[in-house]
Amino acid sequence: MAPESPLLSMSGITKSFPGVRALDGVDLDVQAGEVHCLLGQNGAGKSTLIKVLAGAHEPDTGTIRWHGEEVTLRSPIAAMRLGIATIYQELDLVEHLSVAENVHLGHEPTAAGFVVRRKTARASTGLLLKRLGHPEIDPARLVGELSAAHRQIVSMARALSHDVRLIVMDEPSAALDPDEVDNLFRIVGDLTAEGVAVVYISHRLEEIRRIGDRVTVLKDGRAVAGGLPAKSTPTREVVALMTGRNVEYIFPERPASGANGAPVLEVQRLAREGEFAPFDLEVRPGEIVGLAGLVGSGRSEILETIYGARKPSAGQVRVDGRVLRPGSVRAAVRAGLGLAPEERKAQALLMLESVTRNVSVSSMSRFSHGGWIDRGAEKGAARAATRELSLRPDNPSVPIRTLSGGNQQKAVLARWLLRGCRVLLLDEPTRGVDVGARAELYAVIRRLADEGLAVLLVSSEVPEVLGLADRVLVLREGRVVHSAPARELDEHRVLDLVMEGSPAS
Amino acid sequence: MTQHASPPRDNTDKVPSVGQLPVWRGLLAHADVRTLSLLGVLVALILIGGITKPDEFLDTRNLQLVLTQASVIGVVTVGMTFVITSGGIDLSVGAIVALSSVWATTVATQEYGFAGILFTALIVGIGCGLVNGLLIAYGGMVPFIATLAMLASARGLALQITDGKTQIVTVTGILDLGERDSYVLGIPPLVIVFAVVTVLGWLILNRTTFGRRTVAVGGNAEAARLAGIDVRRQRLYLYLLSGLCCGIAAFLLIILSGSGQNTNGNLYELDAIAAAIIGGTLLSGGRGTITGSVLGVLIFTTITNIFALNNLQSDVQQIAKGAIIVAAVLVQRRTASTT
Repeated sequence: MAPESPLLSMSGITKSFPGVRALDGVDLDVQAGEVHCLLGQNGAGKSTLIKVLAGAHEPDTGTIRWHGEEVTLRSPIAAMRLGIATIYQELDLVEHLSVAENVHLGHEPTAAGFVVRRKTARASTGLLLKRLGHPEIDPARLVGELSAAHRQIVSMARALSHDVRLIVMDEPSAALDPDEVDNLFRIVGDLTAEGVAVVYISHRLEEIRRIGDRVTVLKDGRAVAGGLPAKSTPTREVVALMTGRNVEYIFPERPASGANGAPVLEVQRLAREGEFAPFDLEVRPGEIVGLAGLVGSGRSEILETIYGARKPSAGQVRVDGRVLRPGSVRAAVRAGLGLAPEERKAQALLMLESVTRNVSVSSMSRFSHGGWIDRGAEKGAARAATRELSLRPDNPSVPIRTLSGGNQQKAVLARWLLRGCRVLLLDEPTRGVDVGARAELYAVIRRLADEGLAVLLVSSEVPEVLGLADRVLVLREGRVVHSAPARELDEHRVLDLVMEGSPAS
Repeated sequence: MTQHASPPRDNTDKVPSVGQLPVWRGLLAHADVRTLSLLGVLVALILIGGITKPDEFLDTRNLQLVLTQASVIGVVTVGMTFVITSGGIDLSVGAIVALSSVWATTVATQEYGFAGILFTALIVGIGCGLVNGLLIAYGGMVPFIATLAMLASARGLALQITDGKTQIVTVTGILDLGERDSYVLGIPPLVIVFAVVTVLGWLILNRTTFGRRTVAVGGNAEAARLAGIDVRRQRLYLYLLSGLCCGIAAFLLIILSGSGQNTNGNLYELDAIAAAIIGGTLLSGGRGTITGSVLGVLIFTTITNIFALNNLQSDVQQIAKGAIIVAAVLVQRRTASTT
């Protein structure tokens, strides 16, 4: 690693979107010829950061230096001209064009300035594919006919068709089987030997150990650790950085008596092929059950299947002993289930509407007679529900988009409170919620449980699950590997369970 | 929290809500900048008409004519506004109007008199809407494609029924409705139907659970589904509603022209979409305004009338319409980005 100016140096990068601060002063240094790994949970800011690097987002503040000189990346073309190529997780290939056409998209070799020289394009594509260890891919084939792994190779060939100095790879191994992952690592090795820098994003710590040089960990839009040695940093430390908290939170106290009584939610041998294996679960009124696990462990899929938004391949869900019709959200809602989904904006909120209408949307029959809405009653009910959760501002007529993340989440909770729901499914309830507002949200969730709701909580943040839940189920790759009262677990134990199988040093 | 009773008004809050204000203040609070600017445009057009052709334009008969012409397309636009608000589109409205109008005026149908014609026009409209709705909501077809297919086949069927001939209506009850004798306080019955459809449409969109669901589905279909709304059924109902509006419009057209023709309702889909869009309904869904749509229809119809009175050809009209659509959308984009 050269000691002089690094190839790329980003400092103090911030980027805000309405209602959320995606990047909050991120620093990142990348040396020529190194594999720099970016780690972080969903929503930590990785995608935003690489989009800034690819010229797809312009940062609000912060500087980007390339070979020590300050640059601005106004567009993807500007980034490409510098030699920055990005291979996105959702591959951006045109399915109806051939491999060669995709590789040269936007910079086709031409004769007389506009006639595409197809033979030249095919020949150079063939060379690139050979260099990538896949000479068997025919440059003339349509990309739509290729396997996921081959598409990945084509995407990489496209990156290499430019004079590239830095390649960003977003979860490149996600769609690959082990053989192909080996080939990918060989390619990465070849590239770095030529002095190309690779920014490598993955959730798989084993991979980072194998090919990474240094690691930067992102959390809540900040780099919580930069330039850690990839091979020697203990796994537990890395995971703790990803999932742990910088601030100690005050979690509400658990009731002394604990929950008893018949379970309101019972999940029996519920499974979805390829997502999670059969498991059992019971939640009693007044109880908070937590599901802990990393990204890809099947947490959200489990919640959405219980809720009927996905159809299970086996098993059943019972509410008050009655079996729910599988794959029907309406049946679940009618039985008293409510979901606060992970992607609040995309899955829960009507962004053009007021708080009132967002809160009342699931219980419109409550204040309507023959389809006519009593708007006074609606507003009063929404106001009562949002007041109960101390939603700010205390005016349900304001548009929901003007609210902070924490208050938007409260609006979602108010929706189910108003509906009179009995089982609350919370998927990453504090995602995109300001650090200061979290303790308040925890208190709200505990109070709802104390009032008799059954709560099933999913979180990638181990301290959140341990601090809030009464009982914890630990998930690893779609399997429940452990179940215990939260008091009997600590963070290290859970992290070991979550990571089990990878060498914990 | 579990009671149905509406909360007492007096102690809910100190800040007065819109619902507690006098009606006119409430109306003013609802009339946003966009609606007011549309009203401004309409007033300006009326001034232009009054200045260029003071005698003809402001003549009662001419104003009755403008409103009558606006009624047919206006009813279609109300239905279209619902569909667009839900994030959909209905390209088949013109063809459905044509098919309804010819089916309702066949010799066989006319034998059943007034009721037969009315009933057939509505049923054919609803039937076409049902096909659209089933294909889109349960067949998973994109609204653009499903309604495009309906456009083609309904037009074709209309041609097949008429064999290209104009079907003259002989039922006197129908023809009478087009006569001046049946005007109520100087208002043609067609305009009364339009007014009723508009008021009902406004109430349904703004005051009922049906309207709320429409807006929710258009604003965020996934969020609506996860909130427990039956998104597919709602989509089906919306295309049924649009079809019903086409049936009503076809009936009005039969009264107006005293006949049924397979060329009826030509390009209504474009006029209705254009009126809804300049009125302020979002093409991407999630926001719709009946008031805006009706103002859009009145603006277009008034322009056509002024141009005709000034002996300007229809090609100039078309260009002017296009320019107005572009101007309206550009102005909306600007006001949207500044607020």
